[in-house]
Amino acid sequence: MPDNKRIFDTAVQKLKYDVLKAVIRNEYEHCYENLYIDVPKEISPGPKATMRCCVFKERAIVQERIKLALGGNKSNPNVVEVIDIACDECPIGGIFVTPACRGCIVHRCQEVCPKEAIQIIDHRAVVDKSKCIECGKCTQACPYGAIIAQKRPCVASCKVKAISVGEDKKAVIDNDKCIMCGACVYQCPFGAVVDKSFVMDAIRILKESENGQKYHVYAVIAPSIVSQFKYAKIEQVVSGIRRLGFHQVVEAALGADITLYHEAQEWKEKGVLTTSCCPSFVMFVEKNFPELAKYVSHSVSPMVEAAMLIKRTDPAGKVIFIGPCSSKKAEFRLPKTKGAIDCVLSFEELQAFLDARDIDVASLEETVLDNASFYGRIFAKSGGIAQGIADVAQEMGVEGVKPLAMNGIDECRAALTRLKFNRATENFFEGMACDGGCLNGALCLNHGPKNVVDVDKYGASAKEKTIGNSVKLYQLSLDSEK
Amino acid sequence: MVLKVCVGSSCHLRGSYDVIEEMKRLIREHGMEGKIDLQASFCMGNCQNGVSLKADEVLLHNANKENCEELFLTQVLPKIKG
Repeated sequence: MPDNKRIFDTAVQKLKYDVLKAVIRNEYEHCYENLYIDVPKEISPGPKATMRCCVFKERAIVQERIKLALGGNKSNPNVVEVIDIACDECPIGGIFVTPACRGCIVHRCQEVCPKEAIQIIDHRAVVDKSKCIECGKCTQACPYGAIIAQKRPCVASCKVKAISVGEDKKAVIDNDKCIMCGACVYQCPFGAVVDKSFVMDAIRILKESENGQKYHVYAVIAPSIVSQFKYAKIEQVVSGIRRLGFHQVVEAALGADITLYHEAQEWKEKGVLTTSCCPSFVMFVEKNFPELAKYVSHSVSPMVEAAMLIKRTDPAGKVIFIGPCSSKKAEFRLPKTKGAIDCVLSFEELQAFLDARDIDVASLEETVLDNASFYGRIFAKSGGIAQGIADVAQEMGVEGVKPLAMNGIDECRAALTRLKFNRATENFFEGMACDGGCLNGALCLNHGPKNVVDVDKYGASAKEKTIGNSVKLYQLSLDSEK
Repeated sequence: MVLKVCVGSSCHLRGSYDVIEEMKRLIREHGMEGKIDLQASFCMGNCQNGVSLKADEVLLHNANKENCEELFLTQVLPKIKG
């Protein structure tokens, strides 16, 4: 088994993985007498606590993690949940002057404050909370770094202000504001915000196929996968996925080719268009810019497009998407996807699944993976669609497309505000909720600046340099359906 | 009759799209549009001998641009006429 330190960025991811692996293994081998008693003891054996105040609290939290690994609270439509007892009630003090304040005489903090919220009392800076707007300018101005902003990491990570602090000091997610991007899942240092897992549903679908005898199960993989399983080749990962019981692995990028084709056509009709492949971005528009929702492309996302294509060629088949994304776990259950996707797994869950089945990916043979074009494959990075649409439009003889890549929610908000007030100079808006794009998705095993290099390489290695053949395949599948 | 052309990764790299285009042409030339339904399929489990075809569930191996016509005349057409 590969060294876990190399696989994950954080110990919280490792913890989630350990729970998932145990739960999956149990589903196949029935190795635990009682999941809720045995697994917590295995993960937190004691006698000394390593993460919390005592082993009993650690074990109680693991029990909550097991619940989420088994699907979480079914009555909560959100795919992201807070584990109350895991929330460490981080301080919410706001701007705070530490004892490192030297009581200097330049008072840069005071000078830079736009609200005159800092007074110097007994040679020390004191923040007037009633005036402070927590802009953070003083924290940067102090030459001693003596002023800090105490903000909860979950609250700071949430770009749509969906997380607040409840009466009992626990984090609370407002489902009306939440866009399920999963930023808080990755950012909470205590692992108290967790995505629900549907891995049990995936196992059921695979088991009931009776090794592909009753129906075929297809894996649709997101292009960002190439920056993930770094200890093996992508061709070996494909072999690994097939050993889990999948009939075939198809690139979501093939669907992305078709999405590009539809979007270029749709832009020609509408003149102004935003992408629709990132479900968090679509939710962001619906909840924050409802007047711009009409510009959101009606094309289904690459995940759904690929699945629909597969099901036209094999109507009895089932499709499971594997990606870096928490909001895909919500998207596949939306009515507009028409049940094309049967289940969604994350890269974290795939890693746990492979290890629970003792599949050592790095030692496997290579299975080729090549269905999609260069453009479909670079959908994984911010700017990929913007790059694709310009070229594809030209290929199709559509002129006048001026694309803009909106990288992360802050950029989306800025550009959509300009669009709202007719100040936008562009007319095609690529929206991605995660900074950097899907290759930096919340449920990636690792996040880093080098991942974009992997995605570019993967794009360049595609046999198809244009979307022409993908579109032909799409049309052929439509013909045969008639 | 249903004629399926594999478009799985392995066959794709060996030229599935060329085979599809050739088969389309042959179907047209022989006036078989109403009788042969050309479809795509993701992997027939015959990756070593691609491009793979299935003519009414009978597996045909090693198709390529050059031998399409021969395959069509010897393996596909007789099944319809016979």
